[in-house]
Order: sequence, then structure tokens, then C-alpha cells
Amino acid sequence: MNKKKITVAVTGLNAVDNPGPGVPVIRALKESEYFDARIIGFSYESLEPGIYMHDIVDKTYQIPYPSAGTESLLQRLEYINDIEHIDVLIPNFDAELYSFMKIEDTMKTMGIKMFLPTFEQFEERHKVNLATFGKKYDIKVPYDRAIFSTSEIFGLTGDFTYPVVVKGKYYDASIAYNPEQVLTYFNKISSKWGLPIIIQQFIYGSEYNVIALGDGEGNTIGAVPMRKQFITDKGKAWAGIAIDDKELLKMTHDIIGKTKWRGGMELELMKTADNEYYMLEINPRIPAWVYLAVGAGQNLPEALVKLAIGDEVKPYTEFKVGKMFIRYSWDMIVDISEFEHISTFGEF
Amino acid sequence: MEKLRYERPIIKKLETGMPNKFGMRTEYTPMTHIDGVAVKELIKEYGSPLFVLSEKTMRNTLKSAKQAFTTRYPKVQFAWSYKTNYLDAVCNVFHQEGSWAEVVSGFEYQKALDNHVPGNKIIFNGPDKSDSDLKRAISNDSYIHIDHLEELYSVISIAKELNKKPRVSIRVNMDTGIYPMWDRFGFNYENGQAWDAINKIMLSEHLELVGLHSHIGTFMLSANAYAVAAFKLADLTVNIQRKYDYHLKYLDLGGGFASKNTLKGSFLPGADISPTFNDFAEAITGSLINSEIDPHHLPVLILETGRALIDEAGFLLGSVVANKRLSTGKRATIIDVGVNIMFTSFWYEHKLTPAQEFTHYTEDTIVYGPLCMNIDVIRENVNLPLLNKGDQVVIHYVGAYNMTQWMQFITLRPKVVMIDLKGKSHIIRDNETNSSITSLEKIPEHLMKFEL
Amino acid sequence: MNIKKNIALSDTGFIFNPSTGESFSVNPIGVEIIKLIRDGKEKDQIKESILEKYQTDDATFERDYYDFVNIMNHYNLTEIDE
Repeated sequence: MNKKKITVAVTGLNAVDNPGPGVPVIRALKESEYFDARIIGFSYESLEPGIYMHDIVDKTYQIPYPSAGTESLLQRLEYINDIEHIDVLIPNFDAELYSFMKIEDTMKTMGIKMFLPTFEQFEERHKVNLATFGKKYDIKVPYDRAIFSTSEIFGLTGDFTYPVVVKGKYYDASIAYNPEQVLTYFNKISSKWGLPIIIQQFIYGSEYNVIALGDGEGNTIGAVPMRKQFITDKGKAWAGIAIDDKELLKMTHDIIGKTKWRGGMELELMKTADNEYYMLEINPRIPAWVYLAVGAGQNLPEALVKLAIGDEVKPYTEFKVGKMFIRYSWDMIVDISEFEHISTFGEF
Repeated sequence: MEKLRYERPIIKKLETGMPNKFGMRTEYTPMTHIDGVAVKELIKEYGSPLFVLSEKTMRNTLKSAKQAFTTRYPKVQFAWSYKTNYLDAVCNVFHQEGSWAEVVSGFEYQKALDNHVPGNKIIFNGPDKSDSDLKRAISNDSYIHIDHLEELYSVISIAKELNKKPRVSIRVNMDTGIYPMWDRFGFNYENGQAWDAINKIMLSEHLELVGLHSHIGTFMLSANAYAVAAFKLADLTVNIQRKYDYHLKYLDLGGGFASKNTLKGSFLPGADISPTFNDFAEAITGSLINSEIDPHHLPVLILETGRALIDEAGFLLGSVVANKRLSTGKRATIIDVGVNIMFTSFWYEHKLTPAQEFTHYTEDTIVYGPLCMNIDVIRENVNLPLLNKGDQVVIHYVGAYNMTQWMQFITLRPKVVMIDLKGKSHIIRDNETNSSITSLEKIPEHLMKFEL
Repeated sequence: MNIKKNIALSDTGFIFNPSTGESFSVNPIGVEIIKLIRDGKEKDQIKESILEKYQTDDATFERDYYDFVNIMNHYNLTEIDE
């Protein structure tokens, strides 16, 4: 069978100890039986491991940070697109999604398609709005509050029981056991990600995640629940197992159905001792452990690319329960000339 | 052979894990012209630093704001917020476009009168209106927006004295879910103060309650807060309708719309995250139209937008005075624009671009103003091309507040020019000279002479 | 003063210091100057050759040159001639 040729650009090549989803997304696309994908990597820094993985990444370009503004991002994309003629772009970072959503229409006129959530979906599930989200869709969420100033910290004791989770608007979360620690994390996180800081009640339990893909019409194209088996000190899953949990799947179908979710998503949940699920976060993108879904029979990145270009997609209805992923680190040997090239020219 | 453009030699350590801008195309685009007029020529003709206002941008911005509201709501009136920029030429551009005047002091009120704004098209806001200010405003039939009970009683007693029935509104403050809540101005909605003041006015035979006013904050990045404000004002309007069978003439949602500036501490640039006029209009008009206000008596929607209408029209041109290297190895550039004429640099990271082409080589730079004061910092960290002494820079989005909050400090304030629709530049405020400052001074006789 | 012998400089402006593992980036005029230093040229000879090619003046170049050399000292890329 002749595979369909396609050029896909992917960000998140930072396959480090707090990994971006870029490399597993690329592996999924490279293994596709439907696409013959040429992969363009987009990097922010010159040591993102994906840049140097020439067997799966065909060419990498550096792009400006979101904080530089969409104007310079578009300029850079125009330059890259003139050379590469990109069909689909899959952004993989939370912090860059807003910028890409903002320029989605302009990119379409350049011939680059994406499959992202709408602004409403993006905002509604935002950490700051999680409580409202929970109420609206009938999902339990931990009690939380957004704070704007350190003076609000000592007033938290009335509504929260320590420990609490101190979270940044985009990234970073730390567990604080007393107000002094909240103060430390407030300063640390706000200097990096700005305000507000979200204080969330810490929930004891075990962590479960679901990866899912919505078609924007309310249909779930695929969904795989996973239980984290090994968690690094950064809170990232280093091993996990695909599980058969009807309740989690039902919850996922329900959310995608009601929100008409468009694109990839990850649900982060905590299951308490009395078997109740609390939603901790909804990430509006494919998670870094996406390759487990591929291994369990659902090539969700491939399905996402199909959705982006308007090809027909059949929803996945099953997956192999009990498939596991175990992450490992791998030392590549790279010549300094490669580092020189990406550092000096911004492409490699 | 013609010589090549010189660029100073630089060496940068490649910090791994840090943002690495090397080899990238430039992040900035040089701005060599404003509305077709060369920055170089402007500085040559009028000196440096120099404020430049684009009449075209002002008019176009107001037109797009108007369009956003009038396509969603039948009765809309803009009022130019004098405090944002009360240079007469600026005010008159907005008045020519149909805007009323919104003033907050006797000084501004007089300015509006001098600009020939009819008294009944002036909205008088603010917590400090003197009895003589109020008398003049009442005699001129202006709209008086009452801020506190003391003012309410003053207005009543002046009304009796003049035997006139002043047209008043009250300012209402409220919780719109944003921080900080501006509860220092006007009467509170949630605790019933506002409703109480409304009843006092409705029951007084000396006053005519014509509208309600709110102004929920400044540099608002959430359009939704305005939906809440409009909803609460509509609620009061409906209550007045029910209790008194009386229809208010207008609801004034104030200003506070964010411009494209980037607030300090913000991760994404303002140009990417500030809501558009359409977003604000959708939020406000949605609340009004979906409220229970009698559709046959829809109040006029008044907007006092200032910043969002003029920030983008203002540029501040400056020149590089010197380059330095600090003890830490960091590059510092001194320009002739100080914080005394750019007050907003205390809360924005103003976009700053060179006014001439450069290569893509850049250095992280701290930009200082020329004042002999440590706080005179224009940008704490900005990635700039390798500027030389005498090169020119353009600071963007400075149209709002800088030309009203500026200070005469150490140096004199520069000229302000406006570029008209045909690309011709006009001085709209001359630069100060020593005598503009010293002419106000007086020296007591015994201090006239000294010997050194 | 000279540039340390083991420092590798490529035409793209990439500098690698093999004894520390640090790398640097230099703009084209910086590359030119480093090459001139390596060729054993003195400050005045370097100045002459830069002034001939670029639109700048004595004082400006001299100030920038010393700044550049200082930063290279700071990064341990130079050594004193014996």
C-alpha cells in the first residue's frame, strides 16, 4: 500500500527528565501505516535531545519563545514554511498553545493545519477556572483558590488544610506544608510564570491519567487510562500501565461529549482511599506518555494528523489492557559540530 | 570602495539550557518611519527626545472601537478621557470623531470648555469637585457623576441655590471577580450603598438621576469582568424601572480597557493577550441586551475609553547617549529618554525598537535613561542589536498617560508632534525652555544677591 | 596578548574552548579581529585594517576593541605573550 506523504512539524523535543511529548509523538508518526511522514522539529534551546535524533527527526529549526510575541513567531514560521512546506503542526507545550491558537487562521492561509482546542475550551479548563469547570460538568475537583499577593497566604488557613499544592499559571507545582513554604513557592513560581498563583487542596491517593483525542464534534476518537507506577522526584511518570477502568473512560467520553473537545488532552486524576476520583488538571495537549497509547493499539498522533487534514478517522474503541511503558534514559554521542550548527544557524 | 556599516565586535557565551537567540532571525523589526515620515528626519527637525502622535492611528482606533460597539448595541456614545492625554490637539481629534469630554477636575473641565465642547456634552467625574466646579458644571448642564454622599449633599444645596435641577449619575463600585477591586470610588453595589444613594436621589425633588456609572479598574485583561459590571448596572436599572416606573437615559461603563502594552511580570506580550474591542463589546452589550431592561427604553451606552484608544498612536523617539559595560559584564545602554517623561515604564515593559537596520546579532541590554538617578531604568532586560552612540530608538505604545503624568525633573520636557493624515507633522506642544519653569518663580529681595 | 592556542574558531563565529568545554558565539567583525590577533597583529594594525574596511572612527573602535578584549579575558580565552 502506498503511504500518504506528509510533512509534520512537532515541538517539545526536550526528551529530558521532565519530558516534552515531541519525541514520542514523532515515533508514533514514523510508525504510522497510513502516513509517510517527514518530520520537522521545532526547538527553543540547542540541547533539546530531539534535535540530534536524526533517525526520526529530519530537520530542526529553532523558533522564538512565546514571550517574544506572535509577530516574530509568524515571521519565523514563514521562513521555515518557504523551505519545508509544512502540512501539519503539532504544538506540545502548554505555554506555547495560546500563541499558536492565536495565529491558527493565519497559519491556515500558509497551508499549515493544526488541530487545537478552541479558546473557550482552552480557557474553561484552565487551572484558574477548574472549580467552575468541575461544577459545570459535574466532576469532583480539589478545592482551590487563585491568589495575587503574598499577603493572602496567611489567610489561607481558614479554607485549606495543609499540605496544599502551590501551582503556577502554566507550569510548576510544589507541595507546601506550611505558610512559609507557600511564600517561598509563591515567589519562585510567580517570578517565572506570573500571577495568579493557584493554591489547591492536596488530595491523598494514587495518580491516574487518561490520554484522549476529541474530534471537535463531541466524539472521542481514542482514550487510554493509565495508572502511574513509578513517579520521579519531579512528579513525572517513569513507568505506567494501561488499565481497564470503565469509570475513567466514561468520565472522559462525557467530558469530550459535553465540551466538544477538539484535539489531544490529558486528564490528571487522583483516586482517594474511598475510591473517588478528583480531577487535578486537564492538559489541552497530548501528554509525554502518548507512546503507551500507541503501544496499546491507539495511534492517537496519527489520528490527530488525519483530523487536522480532514481525512476520515475511525474512532478507536479498544486497547490492550496491561501494556506498560517503562521510560529509560539513553546517552547519544554527538559531535560538537552538530551543536555548533544549531547554535549558530538556528537550524540543523 | 564604499565602507561597510560598522558593528561593534561581540562575544557571547552559549549558555546551555538558557534561551538561545543566536542564529535566529531578529526578534524585533526596526521602525524607520512613522506614518511614512522618517524617524531620522523627525529628530533632525524637532530634536531628541520627541513624542510623536499618529492622527491616523487615533482616528482608526476610535473607528474600530465604535464599530465593535455600534454593531452590537443601538445607542453608543464615546467620551474622551481627558486625563489620558489632554493635549488640546489630541482632544479635538476625538471631538471631531464625535466623542464627548470626560473630565475629573476643574482644570480639565476648563480645558474642555476652551476646546468648545458644549457643557451638556461634558461628563464630570472624580472624587474632588469643589463647590465652584459644581456650580459651573450645573449652570452648564453637564452630567455630574457623584462619588460620595458629601458630594451628593453639596449638589443638592447648590441646586437649591441656583434653582436648577442638575442631571446626575452615581458612580457604582462592585465585585467583578477581579483583583484589586476598586471600591474607593463611588457607592458599593453589593452592600446596598448604591441602591441607597439611588433612592436618595430619586426621592429628592432637586436632582434628576439620568444614569449610572462604573469604572471597574485599569488595564483590564479580562473582558468578562465588564460583563459582570454591565449585569450589575442593568440590575440597578431594572430595579429603578420597577420601583419608580422611570427609565435611565444612560449607563456609563467607564474605561480601563487594556492596550497592547506588556505589563511587567506578564509571560506573554500584551499585543497577544489583551482583549480586543470586539471582546469587550461582546461582554458589555451581551449583558445589557440579555438583561430585563425594557427594550423600548434601552439606555445609551457611554464609554470613557482612554488608554486603548491612544496608547498605540503614541511613540517616543530617543537617541543613544552611550554604551557601558557593568561590573557584572552586562551591557548597558543610556538613551536620552528618562522615566520623568515616560512614567509608564514603571509598570510596562515598553516595546523598544531601533530606528535603523541592523544585523541579527544582539546583546541582552539594560536600557537606562539620562537622569542622574538610580531608578531611571527604561527596560531592565531587552535583547537589542548593537546600537552605537547617536543611533535612534523608537519606544512604542506611549500615547496614554505619559503626556499628562510626565514630570519636569532635571531636564526640560520635549516637543510633542502630531503627524496628520497627509503625513505632515505639526508641533502640538512646544518644548519647555528654562523660562517656562523659572517664570513662575519669585525670589525674595534678600536672596537676590550673593558673592562667592 | 594572544588568543589561547587550543581555542578552536570556525568561520561561522563558533568558538570552542577544549580545556573548559565552554562554547561561544562571535559576530563576523569579532571573527575578523580574533583572526588578526592570531596573526600576531598589534592593536594599531588591527585598528588600521578595520577603519579601512568599515565606517567607524578611531575612538569608537578603540573603545569597542578594549571592551571586546576585556570580555575575552573574562572568558579566559586569552593568554599573555611570552
